[in-house]
Amino acid sequence: MSLRAVNAIYTYEMRRFFRTMAQSFISPVISTSLYFVVFGGAIGSRIDQVEGVSYGAFIVPGLVMLTVMTQALSNASFGIYFPKFMGTMYELLSAPISFLEIVAGYVGAAATKALFIGVVIMVTASFFVEMQIAHPLAMVAFLLLTCLSFALFGFIIGIWADNFEQLQLIPLLVVTPLVFLGGSFYSISMLPPFWQTVTLFNPVVYLISGFRWSFYGQADVPIAVSLLAIAGFTALCLLVIWWIFRTGWRIRQ
Amino acid sequence: MPSIVSVRGVRKSYDTGFEALKGVDLEIEDGEILALLGPNGAGKTTLISTICGISQQTEGTITVGGHDTLKDFRAARSLIGLVPQEIALEPFERVENAVRLTRGLFGKRRDDAVIEKILRQLSLWDKRDSKINELSGGMKRRVLIAKALSHEPRVLFLDEPTAGVDVELRQDMWNVVRQLRADGVTIILTTHYIEEAEAIADRVGVISAGRILLVEDKDALMRRMGQKVLRIELDSPLGAVPEALADYDLQIEDEGRTLLYTYHTAAPRSGIGRLITGLTQAGVALADVSTAQSSLEDIFVDLVKENAA
Ligand SMILES: Nc1ncnc2c1ncn2[C@@H]1O[C@H](COP(=O)(O)OP(=O)(O)OP(=O)(O)O)[C@@H](O)[C@H]1O
Ligand SMILES: [Mg+2]
Repeated sequence: MSLRAVNAIYTYEMRRFFRTMAQSFISPVISTSLYFVVFGGAIGSRIDQVEGVSYGAFIVPGLVMLTVMTQALSNASFGIYFPKFMGTMYELLSAPISFLEIVAGYVGAAATKALFIGVVIMVTASFFVEMQIAHPLAMVAFLLLTCLSFALFGFIIGIWADNFEQLQLIPLLVVTPLVFLGGSFYSISMLPPFWQTVTLFNPVVYLISGFRWSFYGQADVPIAVSLLAIAGFTALCLLVIWWIFRTGWRIRQ
Repeated sequence: MPSIVSVRGVRKSYDTGFEALKGVDLEIEDGEILALLGPNGAGKTTLISTICGISQQTEGTITVGGHDTLKDFRAARSLIGLVPQEIALEPFERVENAVRLTRGLFGKRRDDAVIEKILRQLSLWDKRDSKINELSGGMKRRVLIAKALSHEPRVLFLDEPTAGVDVELRQDMWNVVRQLRADGVTIILTTHYIEEAEAIADRVGVISAGRILLVEDKDALMRRMGQKVLRIELDSPLGAVPEALADYDLQIEDEGRTLLYTYHTAAPRSGIGRLITGLTQAGVALADVSTAQSSLEDIFVDLVKENAA
């Protein structure tokens, strides 16, 4: 593996991010604040407490996950789709690098951006609510794995997409609903029993539950299951990418 | 001469089932300038893409500097610089960063002196901080060349580098190409401007419908294939070619005032002497005589037509 090539892709991608630093920084801050005003303020004043945590604090992990997932996904899918769209893919294909460097560079950059925004949201949130982090190591692990796995997933989508509609199709049709229904803003136990069962088929539930556990020590599903879910998802994405790499699918003529 | 790129029995079928390369053999010599000529759709870009790793051959082997382009792709590709036919650049990136990216992709240590030298050579130094979308088309093409040179390749592929480029820039470009050749870089270029191949190439390859029709030393090719036309202006118009000269296959033009005689420069004897004597004996008075050499263009057109027939 050529580390210089990985570094070249990574810094090139990160520069794009820092070029629009103000936007990258301001928009998550504003949207987080809005969530706190709407959910925390308006709804939270009626809900009071969820599982012994104030509603405002309760939604922080879900909010961070929601943003991190969508950001990692869209950054990675756009990052690799863009060279295809602009025709600059020729450069990646004719360079003395394998798919490994390409994945490491693009996914690494997308995951870093998502992580950055996740941290910004947590810091913003700390101005609105009392937060505590019960298991800091687990929290970091969950956050990193989520950034990584969703960036990998985004990379796959970016390779698969032939146009901008397709690029947005999966995030819009699959990921956003799953994330919203994944317990970002409520506890699964608040749902009627039937919907609780249905929800267990939503993989995002496990991530949000595990992440919330690392903050407040409570989870909708056992923490081991959450860890298994995120690890499994990462492995699945890696497997698909390995297959793409082997076959040159949608990349090499 | 050892060959730096060697293409053996390469076939390429696209997913559509179309076979764009139908068994190509090509040895590119170290340090030469090879011009690939061929009509639209001949397979020039396909051949270059396959050598460079953008597409993969269905059959056959390619080596660059002795390294197989599939098995040992890292070693093979690090020797190659590619300027693609289509301008493909990220619009919001700055010139210097775009060039630096390519160098990094090729695993070379960041070296601002090299980048500066290349940008200066291509008259892009003043534009190094400009965004790509602020450049003219010709400048963008120069950026592509700068990117291809950024990692100091030993073999440079230029896929129609002068399409849409003005005369001055074209001259600049050829100066750069000559300089590179002097530095020992092997250059393969495709072009539709046959004068360019004629002016700059050491060897010329002609490709048509996925097959290489010939690869030959340019001068030898012109000598072998070259036709000359002897143009004879007459004092007074001639109604018909005199009986005695029937086997010369003369053409009459200009209402009988001009005779044209086509002959091969490589033929053992041109027959000019006998023709002139014959004309004089037939009582035809000559006003003026001139000859013209056919260009590579004529040779090329003839070859492709022959192949299509
Ligand atoms: N991705 C592709 N899928 C299917 N067919 C293709 C593809 N790319 C090229 N072809 C076909 O392969 C043939 C050779 O194309 P190629 O681009 O190599 O020609 P060329 O010699 O470079 O032509 P030009 O002078 O117009 O650039 C053409 O018939 C073209 O239609
Ligand atoms: Mg072409």
